Amino acid sequence: MSSASRPGHHSEVTLRVNGKPHTLRVDHRRVLLDLLREDLDLTGSKKGCDHGQCGACTVLVDGRRLNSCLLLAVTLDGSEVTTVEGLGGDGDEPHPLQRAFLDRDAFQCGYCTPGQLCSAVGMLAEAAAGHLSHVTDPAAPAEGPVPLDRREIRERMSANLCRCGAYPRIVEAIEDVI
Amino acid sequence: MTGTTGSPLGAPAERREGRQKLTGAARYAAEYTLPGRAQAWPVPAAVAHGRVRAVDTSAALALPGVLAVLTPFDAPRLAEPEDRTLAVLQNPHVPHRGWCVALAVADTLETARAAARAVRVTYDTSPHDAGPVDGHPGGYDPEEAGGQPGRVEHGDPDAAFASAEVRVDVVYRVPPLHNHPMEPHASTAHWDGDRLTVYTSSQGGTAVRSVLAQLFRLPEERITVVAEHVGGGFGSKGTPRPDVVLAALAARHTGRPVTLAYPRRDLPAVVGHRAPTVQRLRLGARPDGRLTAVLHEVTTQTSRVREFVEYAGVVSRVMYATPNLRSTHHVVPLDVPSPSWMRAPGEAPGMYALESALDELADALGLDPVELRVRNEPEREPASGKPFSSRHVVECLREGARRFGWAGRDPRPGVRREGPLLLGTGVAAATYPVQTAPSTATAEARPDGTFVVRLNAADIGTGARTVLAQIAADALGVPLDRVRTEVGHTDLPPAPLAGGSMGTASWGWAVHEACARLAAHPEQGPVVRADTTGTADADSPYARHAFGAHFAEVAVDTVTGEIRVRRLLGIFAAGRILNARTARSQFTGAMIMGLGMALTEHSTLDRAFGDFPESDLASYHVPVHADVPAVEADWIDEHDPHLNPMGSKGIGEIGIVGTAAALGNAVHHATGIRFRELPLTPDRILAGLLSEG
Repeated sequence: MSSASRPGHHSEVTLRVNGKPHTLRVDHRRVLLDLLREDLDLTGSKKGCDHGQCGACTVLVDGRRLNSCLLLAVTLDGSEVTTVEGLGGDGDEPHPLQRAFLDRDAFQCGYCTPGQLCSAVGMLAEAAAGHLSHVTDPAAPAEGPVPLDRREIRERMSANLCRCGAYPRIVEAIEDVI
Repeated sequence: MTGTTGSPLGAPAERREGRQKLTGAARYAAEYTLPGRAQAWPVPAAVAHGRVRAVDTSAALALPGVLAVLTPFDAPRLAEPEDRTLAVLQNPHVPHRGWCVALAVADTLETARAAARAVRVTYDTSPHDAGPVDGHPGGYDPEEAGGQPGRVEHGDPDAAFASAEVRVDVVYRVPPLHNHPMEPHASTAHWDGDRLTVYTSSQGGTAVRSVLAQLFRLPEERITVVAEHVGGGFGSKGTPRPDVVLAALAARHTGRPVTLAYPRRDLPAVVGHRAPTVQRLRLGARPDGRLTAVLHEVTTQTSRVREFVEYAGVVSRVMYATPNLRSTHHVVPLDVPSPSWMRAPGEAPGMYALESALDELADALGLDPVELRVRNEPEREPASGKPFSSRHVVECLREGARRFGWAGRDPRPGVRREGPLLLGTGVAAATYPVQTAPSTATAEARPDGTFVVRLNAADIGTGARTVLAQIAADALGVPLDRVRTEVGHTDLPPAPLAGGSMGTASWGWAVHEACARLAAHPEQGPVVRADTTGTADADSPYARHAFGAHFAEVAVDTVTGEIRVRRLLGIFAAGRILNARTARSQFTGAMIMGLGMALTEHSTLDRAFGDFPESDLASYHVPVHADVPAVEADWIDEHDPHLNPMGSKGIGEIGIVGTAAALGNAVHHATGIRFRELPLTPDRILAGLLSEG
């Protein structure tokens, strides 16, 4: 008997996506990215590689940036997920970072953009919480937020590929909201 | 020349689809969630050459939710395509590893993937030939390379080179390179009776429709192709690729809407790649630097499915004055995936080799590399003898040198140290041809005083909607916010592809004509249609090219072999720049792709397996944020009356053209070592430093 027809192949999960609760019966093989795109029709999160290599699928799970293509949906019961569609909150106003991306022309084809945005939001929170990066000065104070210069931003955003090469403008847009 | 100060042309207008892309509202081809939509998953050939003997679909079909498995034996039959890479599932022949040999269709992505893995394919394998091309007996000299003669020769280049006082004789190598747009090739197809609708990721929906019409033996009116947002292409979506044919086959076979989003790892084998080149450059010069002979001989490879020649030799027909010229191509067909266009096909690898060799010549002469280029500036296009419509490469070099701080550069290599780092700077020129194709467009005057411009242009990230609105507003003499553009749908007037850096010029010509006529003759409205057939494709007495100059500064780590780029500057002469904001993004974006070509992007055509081991984004390294420092692009004002009504040249590709050579030349200036094979990865640099040091 194939795995697909075996009993226990699906489970029920409840998660909040952009503030709204959703209870779904999900295939155990389903990743969060496909849950968002296929089950909830939230196609803002992009599938660039499906293997955690490009970052286009980056979303915030309980405030942390993660590759949604690598997260099995069944493991996320009770999680709070924010996608690009939810960055602006309830209102019509975009997130300041979305505005900065538009002002700086920090995208071209737009396919990596939702991942860049979610990653940047998560990255700013990490730095504010004092998370170090590979390029953080070891002599810097151990406590408190890490100041973000361009080198820090580039290092911390390097899991988000952009084939159009919008990187310099993305860095400027992030600097605009710091 | 139209427009004056204050005109919408040239203004840094914001991208019109920006908010949709930034909020996730913009839909791409795989994101049309039609009712009952099924998902398809391809089965790539696991042998490099042979025939499919049998396809056992029983295990796959037994999976709940599987709708069908299409095989070469039972897939719907298509008419013979002109592009044979589209003859998918039509016969059991396997021309290369990765060729699609079956297609699973299921209710969900997970089941389609599991079904594809459950398909058992057996093959009759044949011996395969995957090179190498050096000295390969199966090679030939193609008649054409990139639509130009495969071979051009003037004077007596052999004799002139042999008798030259200063000579450079070098071989440069560029590996296979992959386009890898961020959106994998994807199509959603839906049949309603004998009407076909496809949502596809393409650089040109008009051509997709005509190809599908021919393949499925349908009148074009029964086919609708939608490509509203396209997640990059860089040439690999320039013509229809197998995804759209497979999705349409699967949808017809199952009676359901079907999406096929190609897995990233399968792309390199089926969507085209930049073919590897081996380029021998022989430059002969007088002691004053004037070239007496240029011999540019390119050896490359293609597949046995179709001929594609990476036309790297054509740049030598454009760039420098020489009485004796040879520019030739030699191509070897192999049992390998089919190469195709990748950003600046021909020019990017060709100028890497030519501009690197020229740097070697500057070294041999003891002449500044900027000055050497200036001394060899031709009065007319070397190969054709035509006058240039405009050529400001010297101005680009001079302006770039000024901005970069080139003056006073110490030419000695290997002398600038900063701890374990060696520092260097390099320069290279760039060129890309001006091409235009006929387009149609309509302009409509609406009762509320606004205007709508319609044509089936493709916005692959260039900002086509925005710049076409600027062209329209300029021709109409109205503010930009009174013009709306509709693109990306075959219900709109037919238009050529976004490729060859000719999209905006070709579309804009028709938009300009329609709008100018509507402005001059409102009584012909409310809708005026323009068709530039016969004008946009008319022969020109001029040689028309964009030019540029690249400057680079690198730091080479003598301990790790790592190269870090410190600065990249590109100055371009590309006619009138129509949108300062989006143009800058295209220039710098292409330069960053050139940075990847120079330093990180490396694919291998594995001879034993006949395909690419570096087929995903973990093994094929496109540049990331951390690789990309200050990258600046700017342009000089260039007025060229021999182009289109806007006075623009294409800008999508020239940014990549000189980047790799400028970086390579900077690495030589830093280290004193010539590395003649891309990419310049730490292993190669370290080996070079150790063997020289």
